[in-house]
Amino acid sequence: MTALAWLIPCALLLGLAGLAAFLWSLHSGQFDDLEGAGWRILEDEDEESRERGPHR
Amino acid sequence: MDGAMTEMSAAGDGGLRLATTTLAVGNMHCGGCMRKVETALSAIPGVVSARAHLSAKRVSATYRLGEVPATQLIEALERAGFVAAELTPANLKKPNAPDQDLLRRLGVAGFAAANIMLLSVSVWSSRGGDMSPSIQSLFHWLSALIALPAIAYAGVPFFRSAAAALALRRVNMDVPISLGVTLATLMSVYQSVRGTEQVYFDAAITLLFFLLLGRFLDQRMRVKAAGAAANLLGLTAASATVLRHDGVLERISASAVVPGMRILTAAGERFAVDGKLLQGTGDVDQSLITGESTPRRVVPGAFLYAGTINLSGPMFVEAATSNEGTLLAEIARLMATAEQARGRYVRLADRAARLYAPMVHALGLLTFCGWLIAGAGWEGALTAAIAVLIITCPCALALAVPAVQVAATSRLFARGILVKAADALERFAEIDSVVFDKTGTLTLGRPSLLNAHRIEPTTLAAAASLAAGSRHPYARALVRAAQDLDLPIRPVIGVAEIAGFGLERQTPLGRERLGAPDWCGIQDGKATSTLCYRAADGTLTGFTLADQMRSDAAEATRALKAAGLALEILSGDGASAVAQVGEALQVEACSAQLMPTQKIARLQELSGAGRKVLMVGDGLNDAPALATAHASLSPASAADISQTAADAVFQGDALFPVVETLAVARAAHRMALQNFAIALGYNLLFVPLAMAGHVTPLLAAIAMSCSSLAVTANALRLRTCKVTLT
Repeated sequence: MTALAWLIPCALLLGLAGLAAFLWSLHSGQFDDLEGAGWRILEDEDEESRERGPHR
Repeated sequence: MDGAMTEMSAAGDGGLRLATTTLAVGNMHCGGCMRKVETALSAIPGVVSARAHLSAKRVSATYRLGEVPATQLIEALERAGFVAAELTPANLKKPNAPDQDLLRRLGVAGFAAANIMLLSVSVWSSRGGDMSPSIQSLFHWLSALIALPAIAYAGVPFFRSAAAALALRRVNMDVPISLGVTLATLMSVYQSVRGTEQVYFDAAITLLFFLLLGRFLDQRMRVKAAGAAANLLGLTAASATVLRHDGVLERISASAVVPGMRILTAAGERFAVDGKLLQGTGDVDQSLITGESTPRRVVPGAFLYAGTINLSGPMFVEAATSNEGTLLAEIARLMATAEQARGRYVRLADRAARLYAPMVHALGLLTFCGWLIAGAGWEGALTAAIAVLIITCPCALALAVPAVQVAATSRLFARGILVKAADALERFAEIDSVVFDKTGTLTLGRPSLLNAHRIEPTTLAAAASLAAGSRHPYARALVRAAQDLDLPIRPVIGVAEIAGFGLERQTPLGRERLGAPDWCGIQDGKATSTLCYRAADGTLTGFTLADQMRSDAAEATRALKAAGLALEILSGDGASAVAQVGEALQVEACSAQLMPTQKIARLQELSGAGRKVLMVGDGLNDAPALATAHASLSPASAADISQTAADAVFQGDALFPVVETLAVARAAHRMALQNFAIALGYNLLFVPLAMAGHVTPLLAAIAMSCSSLAVTANALRLRTCKVTLT
């Protein structure tokens, strides 16, 4: 039964971590534009290279 | 949200004040567009950042205050090939704000449900006796620790709605839900204190989770549709170019126009307010107001309505009204009045709740009194009564309608039909008559070339090349026809658009013309064609253009008739055009040349006779009628205001979505009733047992989940099963 003493807190903490991650991602706007996010992955240029200008 | 259009902040960039503006971008469709929009805005000096939002078709730009006017942002986007408009405070809503809240609650409920289930499963599975009472009690208290804050937080939407209904002395489905969840929780706490096995935290939180999920999906659909409608409104919220007294042209917002101002309207623009034409001759597309698809020829002195489109050269108009006094604004007011009348519709689930809630509460009371009289003591009596309330806790009943609705809406969404109103499906299911507008609804609302196959491909290609630069609907029809036949359209230069007549170009071989038949040289009597092309060598070709019926209009109306629906056409167009369509579709009841108010009168007459009318229309003149009818549908090509008024919007060139919508709505209605039957059957079986005090916790838990699962599974059938209109 001592296993319970650390298994249950572990399970709860993992769950809480998941919840925290979800709430953080929601807050940081990752669910705002589900369609656009998919497209952004396909963009070659990232922020830095855009500032530096196109490079081929 | 404060509703402000521009947010200010003092942060960032060394204390410089920054402002953020949100623009609707009409034609942003892919990742490429998204980047072009962002680059176009970021390139403006003074703009700090720009972030495009593809699903909402909006972009937020942050810039240093005072350095960049909003018009400059819009111009930059226009140069990049996008249609953009600043969103007014009225139609600016953070696209996902309403469902973010639900999503957060859903996340909390999901976390709690998963963890409590983990604990509950171990308690239930060890019922043989290999778990000591102290461990069991520990598990119950752990569940309580998770459940109490989670339920208090996740249940807020239901508690709030129930409280609002009770304050109005009404009952809705959220009242039994709230009561059931609260009682289940309170009793579980009580039983945890007593150390018994009847602990139901899992049931309470799982119920909340499923209900929130249903509500979230339901709302997301509608938020998406409403956001799209707001963008459309923003994009057409007109500005006007005003000729000031000092002779300078100035662009102002349409709401700032006062009577007497002289307004310049360029070709392709909509008139901002009603007014008198001072200068310029040409064609005006009035289909939005009248439903008449043939452009109207106007000369100075003519009265023009706001919302109609100038098809020819620049026109000067003297404003006769302010922005609020236009026919368009009048129509918007008619619409608002009509919508208020419809707000009294009571949804199916709430009608059920009105019957169900008092019955359940009476049964609970009866059980309590019965056991008290039988001498069970107040504690035993209360336990039995709470058991009844938990058994009747409307898990399945509360899921019955939302589950069906989500399945039905997503099925329709996949087929390009956006259902906007929450109760629309239920109203669609009750329809027994369908009233159609003609132009743009039964027909495509734009002219098409009818005799394309009798014209030499080279001639058509030459004419289409000449027409390529014009915005006139006839010119566009020629270009479309040429494209359909895969003819090459070459850019030509030196085309002059002669307002009111057509297009002309000087070539080395002579003059090329495309336009009105008599202008091209066809004499009276022979002018059966709508449009004529005169090649440089003088050969004449006639084009016949007409507004074509949607390809499946006959099939769709036949299906509606076969299902026993009464059909009627109400049009603002001329009598002969309407009769022709009526004959082709075999619809006997046709009325022509109707004003918006006459359409409303006819709809009220029908509803007075006890008919439940579905209005299908697209024009501005249909908007009030759409709001008056019991339910309404609009094609996506419709005027923005009509799309706002309609319960659902369908995309594409086919009319069959009308049939599909009604078929799915009726199937959804049948399924909702089936689900009620399942839920009630379960209650009929278990309530007497619970009243007699014979329901063991395990049995109750299994039966409870089974009924919810049965209801959900039944609803999910709707996503895939074949649905026909009967």
